[in-house]
Amino acid sequence: MKSDSRLLSAPYTVWMTVFIVLPMLLVGYFAFTDKSGAFTMENILSVGQYSNVFLRSIWLGAVATAVSLGLGYPLAYIISKVNARRQNVMVMLVMLPMWMNFLLRTYAWMTLLEDNGLINSMLAALGLPRVHMINTAGAVVLGMVYNYIPYMILPLYSVLTKIGKNVIEAAQDLGANNREVFFKVVVPLSMPGVISGVTMVFVPAVSTFIISKMLGGGGNLLIGDLIDMQFLGSAYNPNLGSAVSLVLMVIILICMGIMNQFDDGGTAEGGGMLI
Amino acid sequence: MKNTIISLKDITVSYDGEQILGGFNLEIHDGEFVTLLGPSGCGKTTVLRTIAGFIKPDAGDVFFYDRKITALPPHKREVNTIFQKYALFPHLNVYNNIAFGMRLKGRGEKEIKETVHRMLAMVNLTGYAYRGIGQLSGGQQQRVAIARALANEPKVLLLDEPLGALDLKLRKDMQSELKKIQQQTGITFIFVTHDQEEALSMSDTVVVMDGGVIQQIGTPTDIYNEPRNAFVADFIGESNILDGIMREDYCVRFAGHTFRCLDGGFGKDTPVDVVIRPEDIKVVEPDSTSIAGDVTAVTFKGVHYEIIVDVSGFKWMIQSTECRRVGDRIGLALTPNDIHVMPKSEYSGMYGDYSTFSDEMDEDRNASMETGAADDSLTAGVSEEASAGKGGGADEI
Repeated sequence: MKSDSRLLSAPYTVWMTVFIVLPMLLVGYFAFTDKSGAFTMENILSVGQYSNVFLRSIWLGAVATAVSLGLGYPLAYIISKVNARRQNVMVMLVMLPMWMNFLLRTYAWMTLLEDNGLINSMLAALGLPRVHMINTAGAVVLGMVYNYIPYMILPLYSVLTKIGKNVIEAAQDLGANNREVFFKVVVPLSMPGVISGVTMVFVPAVSTFIISKMLGGGGNLLIGDLIDMQFLGSAYNPNLGSAVSLVLMVIILICMGIMNQFDDGGTAEGGGMLI
Repeated sequence: MKNTIISLKDITVSYDGEQILGGFNLEIHDGEFVTLLGPSGCGKTTVLRTIAGFIKPDAGDVFFYDRKITALPPHKREVNTIFQKYALFPHLNVYNNIAFGMRLKGRGEKEIKETVHRMLAMVNLTGYAYRGIGQLSGGQQQRVAIARALANEPKVLLLDEPLGALDLKLRKDMQSELKKIQQQTGITFIFVTHDQEEALSMSDTVVVMDGGVIQQIGTPTDIYNEPRNAFVADFIGESNILDGIMREDYCVRFAGHTFRCLDGGFGKDTPVDVVIRPEDIKVVEPDSTSIAGDVTAVTFKGVHYEIIVDVSGFKWMIQSTECRRVGDRIGLALTPNDIHVMPKSEYSGMYGDYSTFSDEMDEDRNASMETGAADDSLTAGVSEEASAGKGGGADEI
């Protein structure tokens, strides 16, 4: 039996070794060597000079995550309350944009936000002053929220639908009005969904490079762009790029560790961590 | 006469166009242990949820003492519920579950702590205050649910089949525990169950329901000894229900013979249902009595033997401590006290003899009965029984 299961898992083991473990080791190797292949700490140390890029990425990622949570929670809550048929339709509508190519969606926002784009043309037509939107931090956050909000809504929705009606009724029965039911029962019970949603929005938002490139212009360089430049751009330096990636990974791991601290109120039915 | 604490007046409730309760009336007195008993789908839980405020009736009113509370939301009612599946808050430990209601009322932490520990002692869970809900067994969760509800000092405690999920032995223990708690606190308990034994052993008053209609209200002894119709006789305990004719007062004819009985007031030659409890029948020699038959099945039940006897085609059930063999010819002796006469009702003839008897068959029959009865109730059941209720004043406890 045991050798059977080992045999069955062999393809996966090989796959994971070749495509996950080895690349990770390679990133580590590049991060700690120079162009000639000798060991050096220089790459890691020079990451420090990009601290403003890191801070900007984390800040914009955090803002986008907060906005997604603020917008996504009420929507997920509403979806979980309507009848089953409408739930399916609404979940479908949430996911619909995800079926469209990511680049295309972001291009669409470019044409909307440009100084001579759709929105500004409309404002001008109405006799209103034009607003500069493209190439601002706000445009980057908008792009992040637009692209990643489904990843916030879906885990929240799945956790919220699992909260038993009888628990809500028990709270009402014990004297809780609607507001108290929400804050003392629904919110604490949906924490696993909040944590998984925040993780799933924050991580890709911090490391994105397409969104900042297309909507943020040159002034809103993010870590993703920095790494991109080291591998494909003018500043070709895979060793530095690997070091930046490594530091980013550590930062994300720390963020997730902090997030999970909030979760060890340890509900037994934390079934909603991932949809 | 004690004070009426809860009264339901002409309550009508429908789900998706299907009427569950129609013109339902019930009065519950202060300090009583009342059980709503009936098969699933009989509307007993609907009655409970109407009192709790989770269901707003389409018509009719709910009164708490003399105050109309029909429109009052659940969180403003002075009643608390113990739910079928406990409905404890999984994100809170035992202490915080019990403290939930008191915190909402803005009680001080010192008072809350004192009450929580008093409640835990009452339900025998001292020392469990800081356990998580997931670490408790079903019986323990049930006790926490009881403590959580009682900590709120309700005037009325509603219990929705609270013991249904427990195993038999635990259920028996919890029955006596609940009864004890009710007597200690003096709180009015309204208990919903489909388990007739549970109802008989715990309650001051039993309300037997079927098809959204009260079939009988009375003390457990009344309900068992003086069932009002074939439904009640069949639902509560085992019974042989026979077609009979009331010749005159204290004289009834069934099974081909005329017997003296203790019932009267039916009028001359009126068709009736006759109920004879299996444990009341005495097994005698076949020649010494008017009813005799062949034993077709014998089941050992521990305390007694369950004997099925074929008396010219009708199969009787007898519970006797004497063992008989299949094929034996035996006589059945009845005294006037053993015979209970009931008027004919819409349930007459629905409960045959024990010819198809087996526990499984019995359940199947009940199950098909329930679905059948639900349909009936919408047409004949409701109107007929509603008028019967008014006439007899039977809806008064």
